[in-house]
Amino acid sequence: MTSLIQVQELYRYYGDHCAVNNVSFTLEKGEILGFLGPNGAGKSSTMQMICGNLAPTSGQILINGIDILDQPREAKRELGYLPEIPPVYRDLTVDEYLEFCARLHGIHRDRSRRAVDTAKERCGLTEVGPRLINNLSKGYQQRVGIAQAIVHMPAVIVLDEPTVGLDPIQIREIRELIRELGREHGVILSTHILPEVQESCTHVQIIHKGRLVLNGTIASLEQRMRASSLVVATCEPADVRQLYSVEGVQSIEETGHNRYRIFHDKDKDPAVRIAEIVVGAGWGLAELVPERRSMEQIFIDITQTSPQGEEQTA
Amino acid sequence: MMAFTIAARELRTLFLSPLAWSVLGVIQIILGYMFLAQLDYFLMVQPRMAGMEDVPGVTDLIVAPLFGNAGVILLLVTPLLTMRLISEERRNRTLSLLFTAPVSMTDIIVGKYLGVFFFLLIMVGMLALMPLSLLMGGALDLGKLASCILALVLLLAGFAAVGLYISASSNQPTVAAVATFGALLLLWIIDWTGGAEGNANGVLQYLSLLRHYEALLKGLVSTTDLIYFLLFILTFLVLSVHRLDNDRLQK
Repeated sequence: MTSLIQVQELYRYYGDHCAVNNVSFTLEKGEILGFLGPNGAGKSSTMQMICGNLAPTSGQILINGIDILDQPREAKRELGYLPEIPPVYRDLTVDEYLEFCARLHGIHRDRSRRAVDTAKERCGLTEVGPRLINNLSKGYQQRVGIAQAIVHMPAVIVLDEPTVGLDPIQIREIRELIRELGREHGVILSTHILPEVQESCTHVQIIHKGRLVLNGTIASLEQRMRASSLVVATCEPADVRQLYSVEGVQSIEETGHNRYRIFHDKDKDPAVRIAEIVVGAGWGLAELVPERRSMEQIFIDITQTSPQGEEQTA
Repeated sequence: MMAFTIAARELRTLFLSPLAWSVLGVIQIILGYMFLAQLDYFLMVQPRMAGMEDVPGVTDLIVAPLFGNAGVILLLVTPLLTMRLISEERRNRTLSLLFTAPVSMTDIIVGKYLGVFFFLLIMVGMLALMPLSLLMGGALDLGKLASCILALVLLLAGFAAVGLYISASSNQPTVAAVATFGALLLLWIIDWTGGAEGNANGVLQYLSLLRHYEALLKGLVSTTDLIYFLLFILTFLVLSVHRLDNDRLQK
């Protein structure tokens, strides 16, 4: 069976600047691939190339086994794409717009109404069908953008930062929708928000300065995120020497106001022992938090520890 | 054919904006006034010509000047209609919808072109109604009228092709409008230079839109003029396709 998306040795230069540098990956049915990276890392460029909006400098992209450069029409039939800014015609109503999108993707007039209704239902747009897109809120416009990407039931759905600018409730709804889409389609999702990937994706890729520096499952990312430090806050000043006696503790840093950052060995978690000591000594345990590393720290970690980023992939 | 889907949407969007309606309205008023003025003039000279031989008829005195003026006025108006075609979509980032859909660049360009072309046809149709109304009171040289309509349709098709190309080359609708207007005006008057030198400016004369338009207005439907217009349209459509493809290649 062929993969839904197969990207091989993709390069893209803008003048001398290399925006995408030797990126290769595959996407199978039922996978939700999170594409992570800081701003300007090359996420959007890669997605644009997958969707045929941008020609790669070199490399090959197969959609469902069809080369998008050789047979763009056939390949694009299987693609749904939501760019960063939803490509909606603001002077049309939701119904008119989705109808146009359906026809544009070669859905016959007889069936387009049903396809539009299905897409509206899945994106929660049934109520706003006759309204002008211009008069909808940002969140609804974003949903119209997603509806546009799924109206022709493509095998692959590519969403570029689908939750940007939405309020928390809408974000939750859209994540829910993405998970639902992931069951029947292959989904690629780009974002610079880490929790988004953790919540909705099955696989993750981190791209940094155009290079793929991490490619694996969500579990492998969580592994990397687990930091080797705890933050402890107590009511009374603690005796640091006692804490040093706990097995696995490497160093303790006082950050003021009875707060301590405890660095420990990666494979040992001293949290239970520390809690016992703090409570036993009567210092009053106010907080005990395992620190998670931020996206930036992971980037720094990955990019600094492995200059040849591709070796990490596996 | 996907081009028709795109053309239908384009036409619909045109009519959703007040621009199309106001253009139709204003053009109709101005041309209607010109038509009446021309009619007035004809009625004034008609008694004097009654006895003479080989005089121009009603079609020559009313229809040809009317279409001649319409050409100039629409030269001012067409840039306003074509300016948004591609540039606005590029600005609003809606082009990616068309790029991602299973349609070719040619489909997109032809669709956009047909959309605006249908609109221009509506304008020509409304203009043609004026001389046709004369049929109620007398006879017209229908052959000449047909030649005039053909001339205007070809001229507007040429205008629209230039406008589409310039819109495909720019990011801002207003810049596209100004540039289109400049380009059309230049093509219109390009044979003004060196009128006295005779053959030296043959090429410039051949390039002038006005020359070919006037020939057709006289009722002389020659292959040279027809081919000129068809080549003109085709050239700019092909250029537009390349221009649009640049979006994908370069950026």
